[in-house]
Amino acid sequence: MPLSVGCTACPGRARDNKTGSWRVFRPTFKHSKCTKCGICSLICPEGCIEVGADEYYYPNLVYCKGCGLCAQECPAEDIEMEQEAK
Amino acid sequence: MVERDIELLECGHRACAGCGLAMAARLMLKAVGKDVIIVSATGCMEVFSTPYPETAWKVPWIHSLFENAAGVGSGIEASLRRQGRSEKVVIIGGDGATFDIGIQCISGAFERGHDITYICYDNEAYMNTGIQRSGATPYDASTTTSPAGKHSFGNTRPKKDLPAIMAAHGSPYVATATIAFPMDMMKKIERAVATKGPCYVQVHSPCATGWGFESDQTMTIGKLAVESGLWVNFEMVNGEVTRVKKVVRKPVEEYLITQKRFRHLFRPVRQEEEIAKIQAYADRNAEKFSLDIKQQKK
Amino acid sequence: MRQIIEGSHAVAEAVRLSRPQVIAAYPITPQTHIVERLAEMVADGELNGEYITVESEFSALSACLGASAAGSRVYSATTSQGLALMFEVCFNVAGMRLPILMTIANRSLSAPLSIWNDQQDSISLRDSGWLQFYAEDNQEAMDLHFIAYRVMEDHRILLPAFVCFDGFILTHTYEPVDVPTQDEIDTYLPAFTPYQKLDAQNPLSFGMYATPEYYMEFRYMIDQAMQRSKDVIGKAGREFGEQFGRDYSSLVEEYRMEDAETAVVAMGSVCGTIKDSIDEMRKKGKRVGLLKIRTYRPFPIEEVKKSLQSASTVAVMDKNISLGSRGAVGLEVKDALFGSDISIYDYIVGLGGRDIRKKDVAAIVDLAEKGEGNLFYGLHEEVL
Ligand SMILES: Cc1ncc(C[n+]2csc(CCOP(=O)(O)OP(=O)(O)O)c2C)c(N)n1
Ligand code: SF4
Ligand code: SF4
Ligand SMILES: [Mg+2]
Repeated sequence: MPLSVGCTACPGRARDNKTGSWRVFRPTFKHSKCTKCGICSLICPEGCIEVGADEYYYPNLVYCKGCGLCAQECPAEDIEMEQEAK
Repeated sequence: MVERDIELLECGHRACAGCGLAMAARLMLKAVGKDVIIVSATGCMEVFSTPYPETAWKVPWIHSLFENAAGVGSGIEASLRRQGRSEKVVIIGGDGATFDIGIQCISGAFERGHDITYICYDNEAYMNTGIQRSGATPYDASTTTSPAGKHSFGNTRPKKDLPAIMAAHGSPYVATATIAFPMDMMKKIERAVATKGPCYVQVHSPCATGWGFESDQTMTIGKLAVESGLWVNFEMVNGEVTRVKKVVRKPVEEYLITQKRFRHLFRPVRQEEEIAKIQAYADRNAEKFSLDIKQQKK
Repeated sequence: MRQIIEGSHAVAEAVRLSRPQVIAAYPITPQTHIVERLAEMVADGELNGEYITVESEFSALSACLGASAAGSRVYSATTSQGLALMFEVCFNVAGMRLPILMTIANRSLSAPLSIWNDQQDSISLRDSGWLQFYAEDNQEAMDLHFIAYRVMEDHRILLPAFVCFDGFILTHTYEPVDVPTQDEIDTYLPAFTPYQKLDAQNPLSFGMYATPEYYMEFRYMIDQAMQRSKDVIGKAGREFGEQFGRDYSSLVEEYRMEDAETAVVAMGSVCGTIKDSIDEMRKKGKRVGLLKIRTYRPFPIEEVKKSLQSASTVAVMDKNISLGSRGAVGLEVKDALFGSDISIYDYIVGLGGRDIRKKDVAAIVDLAEKGEGNLFYGLHEEVL
């Protein structure tokens, strides 16, 4: 691919960098106590928590870095962090 | 209008896990929307989001240097005005870019009255180059250029009062916010962008790596900063403080103890005098901004 | 229309006729008359653009960078300390491939402080990726602005440019100049069409960083654009000549070089003095000529080689010094003539406004012919 003039780029390519590989702990969304408030998705620094057709929230593990903020901030305590299996 | 569902920062950026300013970037974009041109100063936010060709920005974005974002933004604003275009110009700089090296450019841009919004994401040191102190580093914080040592408790100066300096430029809207209160932060940015003229918003953005805390504590620590009175959330309209977030104050040590940068104040021995000095800063803030919620005697 | 005006005002006219949409500049002697005149033009509505009264040269060029990236034709002017303050932005502008035009009213650099002319300021930015044109007189200074805009904005080039003319010697001198009409310039110089711009409709990221995997390629691309610009400058200069009768199709200009045994090489206003001196020397039977370098970046290595190949002695007059080495033009001429048996000498002249008179040129030619060179010319005895 030819390089752009002046080192510019169109949106989209950040997604090539799959940051899920950084993860040590994995968030598990139980969807039992969840009230669908969406706080997790609002504050996730990766913006990788998506809402499903059932209106529950799901982390995209391709990008989730496992920071644990969603679990920490979930008012319903529905999310648990678990060590990634090696 | 703040659009919570709009996602203008792409996944795959390289911020540390739990980074407060990655959160800040996402939230501010939700507040400003798509009709914007973002100017970034050199720093963590620029670096984690734009190694060629993997940009994380879905809105037009430009980075030139560390200290000239306000100058670049001035030129963009003038150009858009001349072309009759509608995009808003939002300039984003770290505390180093804003408090220190870029302050001349910012002062010039504000004095000239460009229709711009300047957002300082304040993580209280030069993080991108390895946690060196800045004019925004709080008193006694240990950084790599203000290390605590046998003859030092860390940074020897309190944080520069930049909001006051920006207000003194005649800015119509100056506000402080924190990622720990996302809705408040987004509303303030939305208001700044909607206000004509040069507006300034300073966003407290805790940094797990630089301050030394676990990545899931970013919001907790942000809230503690406000609750301790060390960070004050307020709005200034035409130089007058119009709104302050009042708190039931907690002692500053509850905030300090959460972070490695203040560890030397507690270990190996508790430094009462130093903690008292920091408490005095919070008390002064409380007095100046009438921070305290008076609790009713039962 | 032929007018007798000050050099700075001639340049301001050229800028007005080029229809910049954004101007950002900061005053500094001897550039001030240019920007004052432009501010007047904007105030009177003669120039339909934004004039940003920045707080420094650093912000001036930063604002130009932003405005150019947003899609406007932009202009700035500076000199000396102002240009030095822009150093970081200069490299950045070129790397981002933004076609920004800046007039340099050449002046020496401090310390010691001096407001007078030499070319140390722009020469010190030679590696920054800006095209560099040097004018001999005010007409040429004016014309080079139109040519520079044409070349820079060509999508094969996309590089910024300095049009340099000597401080005080030209900026503050009244000379007759032919000022083109707006219609003529509109024909010669089409409206700016940005190659890419900041635009919410088509969001691009500008100014990303390059890892070691890409950095060299981007630098190579800038250098390639510089190389390509030689032809583009030639064509723009030729077409200018066809329309206005003043031909700039070559990156150099030869004066009485046909049978010259000794060739003087120089840039800028001193070329006028050199030409007069050559006329006098020729009358005395000396076979002397001048090779004037109009485009220092890109450096016209082929033209220099071709022009100087039949001379036996070359005397380069440099109004700059790479301290610890030699004059910048001299070094490049030596590079161009590498492998030939031509004797090439460099003379550091005119620093900090020291006058260069016809007799100095003659003396330098004599020195070169005697084989004495690579020296500061005309120093006070006591420092020697
Ligand atoms: C002129 C200049 N000096 C120094 C640097 C090195 N540098 C790059 S980013 C940075 C610190 C940025 O600090 P801040 O603005 O607080 O942003 P952060 O990295 O904390 O997000 C420094 C010192 C530079 N890029 N340019
Ligand atoms: S663990 Fe962190 S990165 Fe992963 S989904 Fe939760 S908030 Fe997002
Ligand atoms: S160093 Fe701090 S501010 Fe920089 S990316 Fe990491 S967490 Fe964010
Ligand atoms: Mg910082």
